Amino acid sequence: MAQLTYRDAVSAAIAQEMLRDSRVVLLGEDAAAAGGVFKTTVGLFEQFGAKRMRDTPISELAILGAAMGASMTGLRPIAEIMFSDFLACCWDYVANQIAKTRYMSDGQLEVPLVIRTANGGGARFGAQHSQSVENWAMAIPGLKVVAPSNAADAKGLLAASIRDPDPVIFFEHKAILGNKCEVPDGEYVLPLGQAAVLREGNDATIIALAAMVPRALAAAETLAAEHGISATVIDLRCLVPLDTKTVLAHSARTGRVFTVEENPRLCGWGAEVTSIIQEEAFSSLKGPMIRITTPHIPLPAADRLEDEVIPTVARIINDVRKALGK
Amino acid sequence: MSSIAPPPSAAKIPEATRLALYRQMMEIRYCEKRAHDLFLQNLVKGTSHLALGQEAVAAGFGVAMNTDDYSFCTYRGHHHTLARGASMLSVLGELMGRQCGLMKGKGGSMHLTSAEHGVMGSYAIVGAHLPIAAGAAWSAQYRGTQQVAVAFFGDGATNIGAFHEALNLACVWKLPVVFVCENNGYMEYTPIGAVTAVENPAADRACAYGLPRQLIDGNDADVCYQAACDAYKKARAGGGPSLIECLTYRHGGHSRADPGKYRPKDEVEEWMKKDPVVLYRIRLLELGFAEAKLDEIEATAMATLEAATEQAKASPPPELASAFTDVYADGGAAWRN
Repeated sequence: MAQLTYRDAVSAAIAQEMLRDSRVVLLGEDAAAAGGVFKTTVGLFEQFGAKRMRDTPISELAILGAAMGASMTGLRPIAEIMFSDFLACCWDYVANQIAKTRYMSDGQLEVPLVIRTANGGGARFGAQHSQSVENWAMAIPGLKVVAPSNAADAKGLLAASIRDPDPVIFFEHKAILGNKCEVPDGEYVLPLGQAAVLREGNDATIIALAAMVPRALAAAETLAAEHGISATVIDLRCLVPLDTKTVLAHSARTGRVFTVEENPRLCGWGAEVTSIIQEEAFSSLKGPMIRITTPHIPLPAADRLEDEVIPTVARIINDVRKALGK
Repeated sequence: MSSIAPPPSAAKIPEATRLALYRQMMEIRYCEKRAHDLFLQNLVKGTSHLALGQEAVAAGFGVAMNTDDYSFCTYRGHHHTLARGASMLSVLGELMGRQCGLMKGKGGSMHLTSAEHGVMGSYAIVGAHLPIAAGAAWSAQYRGTQQVAVAFFGDGATNIGAFHEALNLACVWKLPVVFVCENNGYMEYTPIGAVTAVENPAADRACAYGLPRQLIDGNDADVCYQAACDAYKKARAGGGPSLIECLTYRHGGHSRADPGKYRPKDEVEEWMKKDPVVLYRIRLLELGFAEAKLDEIEATAMATLEAATEQAKASPPPELASAFTDVYADGGAAWRN
């Protein structure tokens, strides 16, 4: 075990899979020789060379189109879209082409690729470089959607995404790229579609994703220490496949459910998750489920404003206390 | 009708190849007309975009390919799919939404795919497949296979961003990809000249990517075949991409909903005189091919079509359960546990 940052765990996973499988190639803007604008691919160009690490022009259509064509014909491309906001530039490939080709071809063609993209706020980049768009991807049949919250998961889940025969959108949260944790040395692969129960408590179940996970955990610690509320914290890790078994079991056990979502409220992932819970575990609920989300607004740039709108530890604590009357 | 000699560069095409070109064009002509008839009988549902009049491009570029090369087609893609060897039965079956269809009814007319024949899909978002073809060419280059990827597209696709992004990337990476523009003069219902800054929408843009300007007679199967051979040879030799604009004409409207009445009558008449199938038959006769041989090719194509039509009509619709297969690689549609 070594202490690695989230960003170093990303490059460790790519190196692990490139060493293992010569079909794995990577393409993106500034992703090769420069090591990525978020430094998530540092060293890979030197290690694997220009044939496998390809710098592209600023051409999101060409990046995803080329990745798709290569994946249909025997390669395992990793395509980097620098900011997840830019997925809007190439959404045709995500939603119409990559996601639907297996189905429309009746299984004749497959598209085993990974789209890695920097997601989320906290960097004061404003409304076009800060969005959390995991809910966009979740709405498209045919895609898998992964969003790790820590370095170890980033390594294990990225390795699994590269090996997966389906197209995977892999959201790397830009606000936690410097966070460190113990990451297993050597080959490390985690299954897709398994949520992690990070903390168990009896009064509330807090379900979070990506950068909201450390905030949910911090909130749970304070709720326990200062307010007598013991909370379970679940890190979903993947939106598709969705680990509803874990979610339903722990929601039923406490009867009080909170989602902490960075995506704006309307049609955020928590809407689907809470919908499933009310359909399948309604009788276990002891009160309304509460969604703690970024409001339905574009993200502002100024630090004071951005900090106000993305769910904070204080807001999670407050909303849980209010709902439980404590 | 006056005859036209094959152009010098195409004068030495082997006899067997010329017969293959004629057979291919006849099969497309018959099959497309049948698709129209089946639509009028309400047996073809949805929409369909026929390639009547554009047979020479498909035959020329298709016949020149190796079996392991890749085709990327558009929603007007029946002809390109047939030209790689997909059966009339599998194409008509797909148009009719039957179990015998290429994708068992899950794709439809606009998405014909036959991976075993190298038809890597038909793409109905205009221009989207040009970068995808570039990616397949990248894969061939990476794997060192000598395969070529060919993207067929209409004149309308030259005004969309994906065209330009694909051309640039393909040139920068020197990819073995051939971009074939079928300029039939109309972007759906609108004359292409009315919405494009240059006269020849593909050829006039080639210089922007450092490519030679290639503008050819898309109604001459020999010319198309020869241009294809040259482009594929260049691609296989590591010479990078080609962009070829083929001048041709749609005999009908854009889609089944469009009678094409916006086209001037004399323009239609002029182009009907340049029917690629009729012209090629005349050329073959002038080159000394036996009329009986051509008749036999036509009869065989028609017999195949009749049998395919009857078989497709008799084919059952897809199993209902198939609506839920192949969303994901495990074969199903499960997004949760």
